[in-house]
Amino acid sequence: MNEHFRIPRTVPRKSATFDDASIAEIRRAAATGIYDIRGAGAKRRVPNFDDLLFLGASISRYPLEGYREKCGTEVVLGTRFAKKPIELKIPVTIAGMSFGSLSGPAKEALGRGASAVGTSTTTGDGGMTPEERGHSDILVYQYLPSRYGMNPDDLRKADAIEVVIGQGAKPGGGGMLLGQKISPRVAQMRTLPEGIDQRSACRHPDWTGPDDLEIKIEELREITDWQKPIYVKVGASRPYYDTALAVKSGADVVVVDGMQGGTAATQEVFIEHVGIPTLAAIRQSVRALQELGQHRKVQLIVSGGIRSGADVAKALALGADAVAIGTAALIAIGDNDPALEAEYQKLGTTAGAYDDWHEGRDPAGITTQEPELMQRLDPVRAGQQLANYLSVLTMETQIIARACGKSHIHNLEPEDLVALTVESAAMAGVPLAGTDWIPGVEGR
Amino acid sequence: MQSSLAVAPNRAESTLDSERVFDLRTSTVRELNQKLHSLSEDTNEKFWRVENPRGRHAIAVGLDLPISVTINGHVGYYCAGMNKRADVTVQGNAGVGVAENIVSGRVHVRGDVSQSAGATGIGGNLIIDGNASARCGISMKGVNILVKGSVGHMSAFMAQAGTLTVLGDAGEALGDSIYEARLYVRGSVASLGADCMEKEMRDEHKAQLFKELESAGIAGEVDVSSFRRYGSARQLYHFHIDNISSY
Ligand SMILES: Cc1cc2nc3c(=O)[nH]c(=O)nc-3n(C[C@H](O)[C@H](O)[C@H](O)COP(=O)(O)O)c2cc1C
Repeated sequence: MNEHFRIPRTVPRKSATFDDASIAEIRRAAATGIYDIRGAGAKRRVPNFDDLLFLGASISRYPLEGYREKCGTEVVLGTRFAKKPIELKIPVTIAGMSFGSLSGPAKEALGRGASAVGTSTTTGDGGMTPEERGHSDILVYQYLPSRYGMNPDDLRKADAIEVVIGQGAKPGGGGMLLGQKISPRVAQMRTLPEGIDQRSACRHPDWTGPDDLEIKIEELREITDWQKPIYVKVGASRPYYDTALAVKSGADVVVVDGMQGGTAATQEVFIEHVGIPTLAAIRQSVRALQELGQHRKVQLIVSGGIRSGADVAKALALGADAVAIGTAALIAIGDNDPALEAEYQKLGTTAGAYDDWHEGRDPAGITTQEPELMQRLDPVRAGQQLANYLSVLTMETQIIARACGKSHIHNLEPEDLVALTVESAAMAGVPLAGTDWIPGVEGR
Repeated sequence: MQSSLAVAPNRAESTLDSERVFDLRTSTVRELNQKLHSLSEDTNEKFWRVENPRGRHAIAVGLDLPISVTINGHVGYYCAGMNKRADVTVQGNAGVGVAENIVSGRVHVRGDVSQSAGATGIGGNLIIDGNASARCGISMKGVNILVKGSVGHMSAFMAQAGTLTVLGDAGEALGDSIYEARLYVRGSVASLGADCMEKEMRDEHKAQLFKELESAGIAGEVDVSSFRRYGSARQLYHFHIDNISSY
């Protein structure tokens, strides 16, 4: 008897392949027969900006004095063809997020926060609301496949137009808004029946391919008398070719959104398995611009997983002119706030993990159309929080730029960076830290 | 109808207004559009004729005045795109996306049109005397489109609102994933797309169709009873496991 107890037992061991999340998903799929839909971006770890480091100043390069010596942060977008380019005071913009996916107060908060620090906001797949036009000093109007709410009056009210080809979370996917969020107002703006599960198109209805896109851009310019910058937004998949084709089609600005980029609602399989990381996309886009002699002439905006001033500085050093943020802006205005933990628990989740943005039950009042939930968000306070956060991002970017001896954030360059891993060195095209080795570059 | 072919609409009635002519052999599309955009609300330059369009793109786009523009010849892509209030006539054929996203007013093409005619249009009227190619009325959101000839495949794809009237035949997959738009077809339908079904033609529909025919000036010539009506079966309005093969 006693001998039996002395035999060592194996401990319960979970599979690395069949981990908790995989098993739970198999069970969920078996029970429902339908794929999982959620918000936010890719959650798995992919090579990212954390894998890069700045070198800072040394004997060969001297730093700038913090606060005393100027380090410019302004960005001008749309200098190629538009009569009225956009002038931003900071290199961080607010990415397109639809009214419908976000509540009216959330859109207002984004407008207030961005305007307070001199940057732009962007509409989304659902048209332009008076709240957001009213509270955004600079507003970019998205031109999407669904064309929900699209009309020439709003087109002329916009400060720039963004032709959306794709999104990093779902390159090749269309919009999705489930019935719970198709409130009477959202339905009316989108010309849809209330409460239906909306599927929206993944391709534009009246053009396909780069030759058509060129004509489409010409039409938009003609309608707006060549006043407004025209951006082209792509999900990062083939950024070298997409950037080159966007330039060829006449874009003023190219927006490249990596796979970590957030979404309001998409199939989980799409979010995690289609598209490439932001880090892997930037140099390819920049190379296309350089080869066409258009770097800094056609501006590049990068998005997907930007959290801190360090991320901003790294994206700029790799050659971007500005970055855009979605998820981080939502967190700044109150998304996933630990103070709401009890309510997240009731929804079967926890603060920091809540991603059922498509269900419209957001306790923070951001990704919802429920009047009771929406009114929890104070747009003035939330706007102030966003303004604070954007200021911090900008100051952090300046701190790094000064440390590298740059009098303007755009003077940051790949030579200021090294990588911590072989993968990130190859993707970012910078040497592995402590070596001269850039994997993939010939002769190294 | 055909007798007014070479003249701008209402020209004979206007005594004060003289017709302005814009020749695209000597001027650019940019100059034309800029001129039309800069007219004031009370302009007396209400009648415009465009000569030698020669297939150029984006002719007369973004108009927002009750003026009348006649284009003598064939036009390229997106002619009269996002039209508001203006009355645009094309005396020829039109390329891709004629009257795309039209808001109001009227666009009349005397010839045939290419793909995506009236795409995403939210109001107004688009009348096509000839045939329309694929995706006519794709994602339409309130525009009334009338095609005297036939329409190509995937017409009224994801059509949300408005009316598509076809005197001829419709190609494959008519009204695929349609929402609340109404489709009236007089000829044959090669096939219906996902979630599109034939519906009963009640009196209210006949009355509506009559109005459509009236606004195209053919109410007397065509019998509303000779049309069949198609619309949404509304089976795909909610994600459901039983519909999985349709998504
Ligand atoms: C709630 C939400 C709604 C979004 N809606 C749109 C949209 O309507 N159109 C679009 O192009 N991108 C949309 N996006 C993507 C953002 O524009 C942006 O590409 C992405 O959020 C950037 O990545 P980040 O969230 O990691 O900052 C949305 C993102 C979120 C989080």
